[in-house]
Amino acid sequence: MKMMKKTLLAASVAAVASSAALANVSDDKVKIGVLADMGGTYADICGQGCVTATQMAVEDFGGTVLGKPIEVISADDQLKPDVGSAIVRKWIENEQVDAVGGMVSSAVTGAATKVTTDAKKIALISTSASNAFTTKACSPYNVHWTYNVVALANGTVKPMVEAGKKKWFFITADYAFGHALEGVATKVINENGGEVVGAARAPLGTTDFSSYILQAQSSGADVVALANAGNDTVNSLKAASEFGLTQMMDVAGLLVFTPNAQAMDPNVAGGMRTTTGFYWDLDDQTREWSKRFMERHGSIPAMGHAGAYSMTMHYLKAVEAAGTDDSDAVIKKMKEMKPDDFFSRNATLRADGRMVHDMYYVEIKKPDERRDDNDIFKVVSTIPGDQAYAPMLPECNFK
Amino acid sequence: MKINKVYVVLLLLALVAPFFLYPVFLAKLLCFALFACAFNLMLGYVGLLSFGHAAFLGTGGYITGWLMMNSGMTPELAILLGTVSAGALGAIYGKLSVKREGIYFAMVTLALSQLVFFIYLQAPFTGGEDGMQGVPRGNLFGMIDLSDNINMYYFVLAVFLFGFWLIHRTIHSPFGQVLKAIRENEPRAVSLGYNVNDYKWVAFTISAALAGLAGSTKTLVFQLASLTDVHWHMSGEVVLMTLVGGVGTILGPVVGAGVIVTMQNYLSGGELGNYLHIIMGFIFVVCVLAFRSGIVGEFQKVWKRNFG
Amino acid sequence: MATFLGINLFGLFGQLLVGLINGSFYALLSLGLAIIFGLLKIINFAQGAMYMLGAFAAYLALQYMGINYWASLVLVPLAVGLVGVLMERFLIRPIANEDHLYSLLLTFGFALMLQGVFTHMYGSSGLSYSIPEALRGGTKLPFMYLPDYRAWIICASVVVCGLTWWMIEKTKLGAYLRAGTENPQLMQAFGINVPLIVTLTFGFGVGLAGLAGVLAAPIYSVSPDMGSNLLIVVFAIVVIGGMGSIGGAILTGLGMGVIEGLTKYFYPEASNTVIFLVMVIVLLLKPAGLFGKEA
Repeated sequence: MKMMKKTLLAASVAAVASSAALANVSDDKVKIGVLADMGGTYADICGQGCVTATQMAVEDFGGTVLGKPIEVISADDQLKPDVGSAIVRKWIENEQVDAVGGMVSSAVTGAATKVTTDAKKIALISTSASNAFTTKACSPYNVHWTYNVVALANGTVKPMVEAGKKKWFFITADYAFGHALEGVATKVINENGGEVVGAARAPLGTTDFSSYILQAQSSGADVVALANAGNDTVNSLKAASEFGLTQMMDVAGLLVFTPNAQAMDPNVAGGMRTTTGFYWDLDDQTREWSKRFMERHGSIPAMGHAGAYSMTMHYLKAVEAAGTDDSDAVIKKMKEMKPDDFFSRNATLRADGRMVHDMYYVEIKKPDERRDDNDIFKVVSTIPGDQAYAPMLPECNFK
Repeated sequence: MKINKVYVVLLLLALVAPFFLYPVFLAKLLCFALFACAFNLMLGYVGLLSFGHAAFLGTGGYITGWLMMNSGMTPELAILLGTVSAGALGAIYGKLSVKREGIYFAMVTLALSQLVFFIYLQAPFTGGEDGMQGVPRGNLFGMIDLSDNINMYYFVLAVFLFGFWLIHRTIHSPFGQVLKAIRENEPRAVSLGYNVNDYKWVAFTISAALAGLAGSTKTLVFQLASLTDVHWHMSGEVVLMTLVGGVGTILGPVVGAGVIVTMQNYLSGGELGNYLHIIMGFIFVVCVLAFRSGIVGEFQKVWKRNFG
Repeated sequence: MATFLGINLFGLFGQLLVGLINGSFYALLSLGLAIIFGLLKIINFAQGAMYMLGAFAAYLALQYMGINYWASLVLVPLAVGLVGVLMERFLIRPIANEDHLYSLLLTFGFALMLQGVFTHMYGSSGLSYSIPEALRGGTKLPFMYLPDYRAWIICASVVVCGLTWWMIEKTKLGAYLRAGTENPQLMQAFGINVPLIVTLTFGFGVGLAGLAGVLAAPIYSVSPDMGSNLLIVVFAIVVIGGMGSIGGAILTGLGMGVIEGLTKYFYPEASNTVIFLVMVIVLLLKPAGLFGKEA
């Protein structure tokens, strides 16, 4: 009896010791910081929703990894690169954050990923659009999940040019994201025999787009492309309809998130086609998750929300598989393991950090096609990942 | 004598602080303290309220950042050039604005700084809304690695002490005495034969250059220069810091910057982040209505009454 | 596409129109500032926040009380004016004898608070207020499509500015007001309640900003920082026009809007800066402003 007790004790001591040795988790917890826009133009597409989605992933994972608790903290970047980068610096240097998630404005993400890369911490990018994070600003620690500007241009612009819409005018959000989207889309237009007749750059958060709409109107273009996002898209479409632009030319929203599509006048937006990385009403799997999200958040998930959940889950699985929260080991595992859930279909996480998965070419439903307020998109076609995304650059191959 | 003791205690605190508090936070605090001191040189000692000092903070930051990224200069040289650029901009502004007084001066400086804001917004070298990202901290004099936060902090402390000393010297020089004479009674200063506008102009240029020094240093600390530093909100913040600490007192701006930066640090990012502007506005209103001498000013009054 | 001497008339007229609309707001706001400055010698930094308050009031009135646009157009300026009256009475009057810089700082702090409160409650992304039914269409002019609501803004602003000018320059009430500005002690001696006039004038100036806010609500989205960025431009306009005259404030406001519109057409990159550049030129040539008296 005594003997048995001793053995048990020894065994349990050994177990604890070995799990401690195995579970090489820094400061005894895994901490994820979610950087998002809590009250600005992008609040609906990755604000509190990104935090909720991240928390859901942690809860579904069980709340602990390798026997250590997982903690989620969040902060408002106010869409300002200096604020975002200072928060991430503080998180990493002073608050032992292991990975940074969320991330919406490409300008903020650009600044924040500089800090994460310097500190060798993993950046999980859900809602930013610029392709820079896996190309010219690529880093071994960047993971770009949901979509990017290349997928948008290939998905939305290419079919329109091929269908004979040759002359394009851009209304572009005047910062990293808009510039990247305009640049990539211009390349697609030129390659397919179209031309860009002009562009107007509007600051992020512009509320009156009338002067840009008038510029577009006098440009003689076939298509006016809205290379902006969030409320900017809503407001620019509103001005376009007020000044009669929608009757004269095609208006193409290059990046339309579901909450923004809900805010648009269905009579104006109906029939517009765009590209998305996720839609809540695809099949039972997406509906199951979206229903849970909706109960917590109050509205249907935008693609960035679903991406935030999916990438957090993948990160935690990789931490478990690696047996440590050490960034180099975790990122290696993340790239070895195939992401596969309701969001990631036919997916791989490439060595450059780009998560390549199926994208969807969708049409915004007209008023008479809608069952209810949440019935926004109908899927026109599924775009296989390798057709949506650009091939990996050799200098970004972090194997 | 008493004052000297205060300085010695403060200096000792500043020297040991980074071992207890997050050095980047402390460095930020010192940058803003220097900025507020530079601003106070105008408001406190010349009596002119500049509502456009963010333009100088931002100019210093952008020039230094650009030099660090593109020229391979050592940090001290880049900071020096950033400071000189801000001073040059200040000289131009000063020429346009010192002829005006009071509210007009505030409005002219505000509008001029907005002009600078839009230029930086559109100039390619600043990166517009993206900001200038990934500025290297470099090696001080080519030797000391500033990417280490503790090294960075002591360097910022040295810069701050230099700026503080310079302002102290300026105020207590014959030049500073003339400035005070202008503040107290401008017509009298004119009748004594002083070219009042020239004095104001020189003071404005010094103030701008030191604000630029603060901005240059801040860019190195955060490795980033952005439009926030040129936005007129920043101009308002420095007014608030000075007001809270005590206008026209030498330590007031330092105390005010400490209070405001600490407050921002604890409020932003947390649950109360939304309240930041409400609280700042409230402090503004309360200071103006009931607390015009600021913390240091009130403290001096109490001290004088009881011990003076 | 209609062109004349290589100029695309469609584009040019459109930008001129947008400029004129912006100018209408500039005129209303700088007029309010000029009236307040005339009597109190202070600059109301909260004028932009009052404009924002006007837009929010219209939005909330519709949302929660079912008060439509036309009723808001009358009620909201009164309500915002009342806020102004309270603000003058309880915040500004206690420091009336201090340096006027303090009242500038006070109104600045008040503006920050208001903006903070609305940001806290409604976020900074903006709410939408739809254009009233009667003004929803548009008119096809030879060179452009003019939405009715935009035309209405220009008319409303010009009428309100004109009436205000007439009231101050041509009526007895206006005469009291101007006399109160010149010599308050003498007016007090004549038995006129100068503090009351000051309070009401402040309320009126602020009410104009509230009216501008209601006009703006349907075309700009209703957001907490809608006023603060506009205000800086209005400050520059006030510096350009000078603080001397009511008419000057109106003309400079409209004129600068048009200049901005022209710049948007000919050289869009400079459209944000053109007003500030004009200000620098005016400061160099005529430091007191175009219509200002030499201080």
